Amino acid sequence: MRVVEKSQLMSATEIERTLGRLAHEIVERSGGTSNLALIGVRRRGVPLANRIADEMRRIDPHEVPLGTLDITLYRDDLSLVAAQPVLQSSEIEFPVDDKDLVLVDDVLYTGRTIRAAMNGLFDLGRPKRVRLCVLIDRGHRELPIEASFIGRTVQTTDAEIVEVRLNEIDHEERVMLVERVT
Amino acid sequence: MLGIEPLTAEEITFLLDQSKPFQEIQKHPLKKLATLRGKTVALAFFEPSTRTRISFATAASRLGADAMNLQAESSSLKKGESLLDTIRTLDAMKPDCLVMRHSASGAPHFVARRLPLAVINAGDGTHEHPSQGLLDALTIRDGCGTLAGLNVTILGDILHSRVARSDIYLLSKFGCRLTLCGPPMWVPREFESLGAPGSSIRRVARIEEALEGADVIVTLRVQTERLHEPALSLDEYILRYQLTPERLRRARPGALVLHPGPMIRGLEIDPAVADGPQSCVLEQVTNGLAVRMALLFLLIGTGGEATAAKDSTHAAD
Repeated sequence: MRVVEKSQLMSATEIERTLGRLAHEIVERSGGTSNLALIGVRRRGVPLANRIADEMRRIDPHEVPLGTLDITLYRDDLSLVAAQPVLQSSEIEFPVDDKDLVLVDDVLYTGRTIRAAMNGLFDLGRPKRVRLCVLIDRGHRELPIEASFIGRTVQTTDAEIVEVRLNEIDHEERVMLVERVT
Repeated sequence: MLGIEPLTAEEITFLLDQSKPFQEIQKHPLKKLATLRGKTVALAFFEPSTRTRISFATAASRLGADAMNLQAESSSLKKGESLLDTIRTLDAMKPDCLVMRHSASGAPHFVARRLPLAVINAGDGTHEHPSQGLLDALTIRDGCGTLAGLNVTILGDILHSRVARSDIYLLSKFGCRLTLCGPPMWVPREFESLGAPGSSIRRVARIEEALEGADVIVTLRVQTERLHEPALSLDEYILRYQLTPERLRRARPGALVLHPGPMIRGLEIDPAVADGPQSCVLEQVTNGLAVRMALLFLLIGTGGEATAAKDSTHAAD
């Protein structure tokens, strides 16, 4: 299988502005940050959650707890995966009970990752509310899951892949639309 | 997963790293996952075992798998069925993996060669107890921050201990300096060459000398029925080899004390040490769950063949 780059969906500046806007939206629609906590879904949700938290500190000095979640053990397709996935630790050092949680991920597609993330969260306790924040919503949902905070909605086909590339992981900063060619 | 001996230091590090997420799960209010839902783990313990069997059964259940339990005491082996026939019968019930303990060294290897089933060795004779070796290593790595270059002293009946062998194989791959101490009959010279090439293993007769500068002390269980072999009275063993608070002071301050269990207080270990701040006995039990969950996940968690684990099966053959 070959992959060709079709177009750039977001530049570095656009990513930065979008995350800034998402941080404002989250604070605005939560009535402040006092009970909020952000949870980044591994891998690219983690740097995104970090950046949103940085942005929030500028808006409201109250420190928002930040956690990371590895969903591998909660995936519903493990029996179909051929290569051994490498487990990573989830780091959620605060009690999630009664917290107002915002899950952060890079791309919302089938919704299965978020289903897995919610299972993981509920093993830790009973949050007051869970909302979802994604940089890109590309459609094609297979589960009744929607995001509360969306950076950009993009129309895609099944053969296309949305690649969010971030400095912290990919050493470049942009969002690309690529296509599988067989 | 038949033994530690054929694994490389990198593979062991991978297994320990993969155990970390499962250590966290032991702290969750809800510890049950659905990761291995629909999978079956056959537990065949042909030798009495409480903690290892419960640990594997709990690990399977926390991952959402079902455990199939063969009771050796009441099994058909007592009626004269061969090991292979018993295992074939279990295999016909289509488990996804087999966790096996047997009093004969090499029995799990024998089974793994004949059946296309993933086999985890839960202790074979006096040969290996790989999951115990891994949980010891995880406990040591957490307590000391590293495995590399530690001074580790193993005390007691080393000759008959599969835990000692798995620990020696494992720790020597990380450049630990091992000191073996116990009644001479139980610490034969051959053990000096048991470790990875170039490793340092020495035998020391006096416990005081063996403990000098130790970072980690592994105390082994003494089976009183075996005391006739070194022709030692119980009192004499206690006098010469018991790990007491006074003797422990010769080790590095804060040195870790491990014991694979079952522990006989007042025999190989003084209760003050067993319950003392340096004792890791209960951490070992919790870590045992994490290590066994990681092994089950890696062996049967995905649709593909778990390559690392498969390779080691062949290497052991």
